[in-house]
Amino acid sequence: MSIMQYNGSAIVAMAGKGCVAIAADKRLGQRALTVDTEFQKVFPITDRTYIGLPGLATDVKTLYDRFRMRVNLYKHNEERTIEPKTFSHLVSHMLYERRFGPYFVEPVVAGLDKNDEPYICGMDLIGCINFAKDFIVGGTASDNLYGMCESLWEPELGPEDLFETISQALLNAVDRDALSGWGAVVHIITPEGVITRDLKGRMD
Amino acid sequence: MAPLTEPSAGFKFDNVKRNQLLGDKGYKLPTATKTGTTIVGLIFKDGLILGADTRATAGPIVADKNCEKIHYLAPNMYCCGAGTAADTEFTTNMISSQLALHSLNTGREVRVVAAMTMLKQYLYKYHGHVGAALVLGGYDVTGPHLFTIYPHGSTDKLPYVTMGSGSLAAMSVFESRWRPGMSREEGIEVVKDAIEAGIFNDLGSGSNVDVCVITKGNAEYLRNYSTPNERVQKEQSYRFTPGTTEFYAPRVARQAQEPAEMDTSA
Repeated sequence: MSIMQYNGSAIVAMAGKGCVAIAADKRLGQRALTVDTEFQKVFPITDRTYIGLPGLATDVKTLYDRFRMRVNLYKHNEERTIEPKTFSHLVSHMLYERRFGPYFVEPVVAGLDKNDEPYICGMDLIGCINFAKDFIVGGTASDNLYGMCESLWEPELGPEDLFETISQALLNAVDRDALSGWGAVVHIITPEGVITRDLKGRMD
Repeated sequence: MAPLTEPSAGFKFDNVKRNQLLGDKGYKLPTATKTGTTIVGLIFKDGLILGADTRATAGPIVADKNCEKIHYLAPNMYCCGAGTAADTEFTTNMISSQLALHSLNTGREVRVVAAMTMLKQYLYKYHGHVGAALVLGGYDVTGPHLFTIYPHGSTDKLPYVTMGSGSLAAMSVFESRWRPGMSREEGIEVVKDAIEAGIFNDLGSGSNVDVCVITKGNAEYLRNYSTPNERVQKEQSYRFTPGTTEFYAPRVARQAQEPAEMDTSA
């Protein structure tokens, strides 16, 4: 068993028309034992940039704290809010710094830039950025999510359509993955604000 | 961790012991994104041409269907990367910044041999642990130069080269069709066909062809020069009617506002 499968997770981000969405399951396990069903894996970085951290839970927490510190330092130094692309490169560099002793996470970043353009990207555990126009997946259900997203996603989805598409993709992917699921949360990021919805999912 | 300080340069090794312990306990350590890759380069009459496919893989999964493998080094120099994706990206980025500083210091255009030497010395220092296999091409005051650089730091200087898992397929095209003094059009065609040989015959390579033509005083980056694997329009839509997904009352629905108060809680 890989250390990436120790706690279990499923995270997906999708780009829509003038909006982006990021969704995650809520399970925290120790192998097959479920420990928590309200575990946070997606974190707000700014008002319109979110990061999802699938992988080893101890590194999820450690890294989120480090990101928060670096983003606060950026805000003080630059006197402006960090852009999603800039933040992604910050994350990427922090991961590659530990090239030979990595953190076990595969981050997923979703946000709107200063021109309200959607930005989504994913990374491997040593910070290789995968910039996509459509969707990014991560976690133990990533193979399932690839299949769901590849068939359900279509371009130019508005906020409400994007919510249904990302929710159904995630829900159906985690139902075929034993290590993730037990509820899910979806954030839809629009220029007007962020809508956060907790999904009703199978609890088995 | 030193609190509230800017990071220092170089790699950090503070997780190595923990990760080794986890490895010893039987937890397999995950592998990074690799670029299964076909990358090539050839010299033609007026300069040189680099080519690459655009598939990135994570094991058997296609991680990125249209990634960029031809990296910018300097205005007169580009570099194709195969191997561990993060290593090719960060190694070329770092050398690119050193080359920019070098040309600013000397007031000259940097020579290709300088970039080649910097890359091989860096890679040799890490004894192959930085898994970057590169095809370096550039045009300087001494003419066109084409190199391959292996992860352990060895280099070759040849008129036509291929690298990556699709290198055999691509080389079969070069061996039968490359000749000295080719025209620009001929050269691009052979490079395109070599990459497509990799795309169709090597499972680690796929999607599109990127090309970069470097001549005296000019570099032309032709992103997605050939797209032989375009996705066809879906015949039906899986769009759901709003209200399909059951959810609890929205937790947050706030207006975009001025940057929120900085979260500094412990």
